[in-house]
Amino acid sequence: LQQVPILQANNGPSLMGLTAIAAHLVQEAQQKQLLGRTAEEKAIMQQWLEYRVTQIDGHRGKDETRTILKDLNHYLEDKVYLAGNNFTLADILVYYGLHPIMTELAVQEKEKYVNVSRWFDHIQNYPGIRQHLPPVVMMKNRLYTSGH
Amino acid sequence: MRLYLTEGNPHCLKVVAAVELTGTRCELQFVGVEERVVPFLSHSKLPCLQLDSGNYLFSTNAICQYLFTLRGKEPSDLTNQWLEWEATELQTALSGALYTAVVQGKKEEAAGTLQKKWTYIDQSLTRRSFPYLAADAITVADIVLWGALYPLLSDSAFLLGDLKALRGWFERVCAVAACRKAVESILKGKGLQGLKPYLQKQPAPSQRAETPTSNEPEGGESADRVLTEEEIRAAADSWSKGLSGWPKPKLIQHPVLPQPNEKNVLITSALPYVNNVPHLGNIIGCVLSADVFARFCRLRNWSTLFVCGTDEYGTATETKALEEGLSPQQICDKYHAVHAQIYQWFGISFDHFGRTTTQRQREISQDIFRRLLERDFLLQDTVEQLRCESCQKFLADRFVEGFCPFCNYEEARGDQCDKCGKLINATELKNPQCKICKGTPVVKSSKHLFLDLPKLESRLVKWLEDSMVSGNWTPNARFIARSWIRDGLKPRCITRDLKWGIPVPLEEFKDKVFYVWFDAPIGYLSITANYTDQWERWWKNPEQVQLYNFMAKDNVPFHSVVFPCSLLGAEDNYTLVNHLIATEYLNYEDGKFSKSRGVGVFGDMAKETGIPADIWRFYLLFIRPEGQDSSFSWSDLLLKNNSELLNNLGNFINRAGMFVCKFFEGRVPEMELHDDDKRLLAQATWELRQYLQLLEKVRIRDALKCILNISRHGNQYIQANEPWKRIKGTDADRKRAGTVTGVAVNVACLLSVMLQPYMPSVSASIQEQLLAPAQCNVLADEFVCILPGGHKIGTVSPLFQKLETDEVESWRKRFGGQQPEEGSADQSKTEAKPTAEAKAAAPVAEDAGKGADPQRAKQLAEEVTKQGEVVRELKAQKAEKAVIGAEVTKLLELKKQLVLAEGKTAEAPAQKGKKKK
Repeated sequence: LQQVPILQANNGPSLMGLTAIAAHLVQEAQQKQLLGRTAEEKAIMQQWLEYRVTQIDGHRGKDETRTILKDLNHYLEDKVYLAGNNFTLADILVYYGLHPIMTELAVQEKEKYVNVSRWFDHIQNYPGIRQHLPPVVMMKNRLYTSGH
Repeated sequence: MRLYLTEGNPHCLKVVAAVELTGTRCELQFVGVEERVVPFLSHSKLPCLQLDSGNYLFSTNAICQYLFTLRGKEPSDLTNQWLEWEATELQTALSGALYTAVVQGKKEEAAGTLQKKWTYIDQSLTRRSFPYLAADAITVADIVLWGALYPLLSDSAFLLGDLKALRGWFERVCAVAACRKAVESILKGKGLQGLKPYLQKQPAPSQRAETPTSNEPEGGESADRVLTEEEIRAAADSWSKGLSGWPKPKLIQHPVLPQPNEKNVLITSALPYVNNVPHLGNIIGCVLSADVFARFCRLRNWSTLFVCGTDEYGTATETKALEEGLSPQQICDKYHAVHAQIYQWFGISFDHFGRTTTQRQREISQDIFRRLLERDFLLQDTVEQLRCESCQKFLADRFVEGFCPFCNYEEARGDQCDKCGKLINATELKNPQCKICKGTPVVKSSKHLFLDLPKLESRLVKWLEDSMVSGNWTPNARFIARSWIRDGLKPRCITRDLKWGIPVPLEEFKDKVFYVWFDAPIGYLSITANYTDQWERWWKNPEQVQLYNFMAKDNVPFHSVVFPCSLLGAEDNYTLVNHLIATEYLNYEDGKFSKSRGVGVFGDMAKETGIPADIWRFYLLFIRPEGQDSSFSWSDLLLKNNSELLNNLGNFINRAGMFVCKFFEGRVPEMELHDDDKRLLAQATWELRQYLQLLEKVRIRDALKCILNISRHGNQYIQANEPWKRIKGTDADRKRAGTVTGVAVNVACLLSVMLQPYMPSVSASIQEQLLAPAQCNVLADEFVCILPGGHKIGTVSPLFQKLETDEVESWRKRFGGQQPEEGSADQSKTEAKPTAEAKAAAPVAEDAGKGADPQRAKQLAEEVTKQGEVVRELKAQKAEKAVIGAEVTKLLELKKQLVLAEGKTAEAPAQKGKKKK
């Protein structure tokens, strides 16, 4: 069963849920741009936060993992970050959510989901993001050229 | 901005309410449930919002929040928390509850699963003492939660009891105009039921959680099950009761009839079509599955009637009769006997195995027909068809050829032209020709009768819903039946211009018979009527009888939609199907069974392998395509026989019996139960109960695993207690050896009863070896001591034989693909033939399009001359016809090549050659 984090601040009510807490901390740290700059960016950012806690954390079995990677790969085809051109909280949390999945992928699969791999590699090298997580090795040269 | 919605989709409520409340200007577009709007998602996700930038929002909560943000209402910590809780916690619970309540119709059960969530909301509201979830005024959180809860909370079945805060809040939000409008546009006044069409198309949440089944057993879960002290004590108590209070097996007296106040089970297996020898897939799909269930019901002392028979009318029988030069009746007689023999060999325990070409069938079919006619459920219409006068036949599409009406291609078929690809109506063909006799068919219009399914639809839907809620329909059967209804019912023709069938009892239609699909299922009734005059006590008795139909999934539409419509329309209080059990397909070595290609094992061949029928039964049931397709594989058969039967089940039963014979002179020793023994009894009891539950739900394959689990526990028990060592030890050790042996042999006896539905002969031989009392042959949910201390057993011998790899390999060669004779002959032909043919054959395809090739032509001309000499010489020697024939063929082939190489048109001679063959 998934455990739900709770934030107990010194001077106020507690806050429950990963994305709610993360958004709260971003505000506290005066990093509001991480929540999106425009209404649209904010909404897209929020959507991927929800995706993280419902789809990525809730996935069951190989097939669902594959669907997640396939959909993300498709989505990231023409994007640098999840919310488009700006780095947001969504990139951080989805990166953390995908880390165990990416670690398990074979080289061939990483190449198959090339846009996810590119985005993932970019985020894990973003200053201060990776923290304690081991880096996932990405090949610079394609090994399986006739893959798809 | 454009918002994509679907009617009856609960997720649309909050989005529409948010649009209304924020007064956002946005285009609403309703689309189909399964439509994929968001380009990057593999599955349909609705509702979704397309922004002016072209981006999509597919999360309902993000859409709502976005609409609020546009109005300057930014999220707060509290609204974020509610939105996240709704998406992660509440939705998971809701999707399950909605499915249970709406699709399965179990509202109370659904309400029960939600109590905790409701309490959580209620407490949050109380603690904060706001009228709304996150503030004094309405926020995005209220809209999101209200939208999620509305479908259930608005239904009277979901009482909130004393959750005052939640109730107050819900009523407050419901009163908001925007919410009322959302309800109106999404549910259209249909309430909870309005969601049904949408929910039916979603995967069942509970089933999604289950792991898919496969050929492999789900290893040892139950072995790890922790038994409670109570279970162990109860099992030991039951055991000590012995057979004294045990129910007596009900004596079966024919005719079996339903009894008032008892469980009465009527079982049918889809009627096999008479002109085919059934293959293993047919056998597992219908008769064998039904047989296991029938035997199980009898072991439970329920009044059980199991009927089946051959389906004998129709064109296919007529064609087969022409082929074999017999009359249709003779064909039916011949193949009915073939079927009966095969099923007898497989040990299928029909109470009656009948056929559809009987007087009773005619009477009952005509009666149902008349009743439908009187009640105005039949329509008349004219159909134009090509008829060949010399063959006396209306020609089906592919039995007629002619000139294409569009492009004048000469060999267009009755349904399509291969040249221009256009679809053709057979009557439009120019110069039509009967494919059988080459005669010219004429267009004849023919009147036909149609069953008015649309008129019966509302009755059908009502009955179907009831039956699916109260009965046990396999998921594929539910799905297929629902998709038929969803796609809309059309009138179905019930008459045919044929001879071999039941005559339509109307003067106007005297040359016509019923279409087989109309009368074939009536066979169930007529076969019962041939078994007993009191057949109506089974078939017009829906109050007392539970009807189970067994079939493969391709038969579902007839049993769930078409036949029930006939019976509902006839209005004669017929017993309609309560439980529709459909299997998926069984493949053969990962391919399809095919009679024409000689691929697969057919009923009559199984016997020839020398493998006993019970082994076939076991393996087929072990891989029964329950929930998904499965495949028959020879190496898997060997594996399952040697591992599950020989090493597990057979080994345990044999050892238990052998210990009694060897160490205790054939008498069951006195037993004094220790904890270890009681634990085994409790384990066996638990598996027994699982087995009963699973079989009641007709999960035949899963129930078989319970049997194997018991013997696995038994083997571990013997291994851990080592009676063969203890028997040589102290008095206490010897006593212990006695108890272990006695318990083990009783478990073996229990297994013989549980095994009976699956392997009746093996079950009988175990009971014979153990001299088990006949009274043990009743299944109840307790495991009692059947063979008490002092009971004398008979001679024990091994139950199963090992299958060897080379043996199985030779069968695989024999039954897989081409017959070996043909295969090897083919090979020798290619090898023996001189290179001339190989050379000649190769260029066919290449040269066809290239036109002239003078060099090649010259070479071929020489070869033709040479070959001509060979033929002449052979003829002069008066050689055997076959030998000459082969050389002539070669010659013709060379000539054909020559023509091509000379650049003449290939078609004429090539065609000629083809036809000669």
